[in-house]
Amino acid sequence: MSETKELTLPSRIESVDQAALEADEFAKSVGLDDEFISAIDLAVRESVANAVKHGNKFDETKQVEIKFSRSAEGFEVQVRDFGAGFDPADIPDPTNPANLLKASGRGILFMRSFMDEVEWSNHDGGGLIVKMLKKQ
Amino acid sequence: MADITISERQAGDVTILDLDGKVTIGEGSVALRTAIRRLLGDGKNKILMNLGGVGYIDSSGIGELVSSFTAVNKEGGTLKLLNLTQKIQDLLAITKLLTVFDVFDSEADALASFE
Repeated sequence: MSETKELTLPSRIESVDQAALEADEFAKSVGLDDEFISAIDLAVRESVANAVKHGNKFDETKQVEIKFSRSAEGFEVQVRDFGAGFDPADIPDPTNPANLLKASGRGILFMRSFMDEVEWSNHDGGGLIVKMLKKQ
Repeated sequence: MADITISERQAGDVTILDLDGKVTIGEGSVALRTAIRRLLGDGKNKILMNLGGVGYIDSSGIGELVSSFTAVNKEGGTLKLLNLTQKIQDLLAITKLLTVFDVFDSEADALASFE
């Protein structure tokens, strides 16, 4: 059995908090524990922040589409933006000593650290979609 | 309500910033940046940042800690961290920033390290 929640939010910073709040509520409603929820919360915040900032570039005419799914496998988060896309391989490793003092570039590291699977793809209808799974 | 409250105390020539709330993208990160710039503008460049009241931090907040660290260093000062929560400690470990920051659990020890 699978349970799903979908939401569409505008491209502004406040959407990061709202998405995390909705994720927390949904995760609690399906009985996940605090540690699990904390990991999802961080992954949602980072992915939605990326969609707003780097994907849609704060263009409020563009939306961020978010989907949470609870299944026997675990908890999946999908975040879609309507930007030009990017290649995660192009993001410098923030743990490389040469990059340690950079002010940004750690969000993807957090997503990969707290979720079991993270993958990006171009959406058929345009934009980029990131799918993240935390297994149970 | 503001995401974060930043209070300032003075212990000799060390300025202690007590942070309470969230250091996240948007308001929390901006508030921290503003506080550090103001201290440096006032010539206060020995700074101890007490993160014991920070319930949440994201990559933007971690980035702001790094920016604060480099801004203070650039002015010939020192920024150290006090009372990391387990979560912040985990995030600093993942990002290998525990190798960058001086971190203390005791305010007295932290203050002594500035001498």
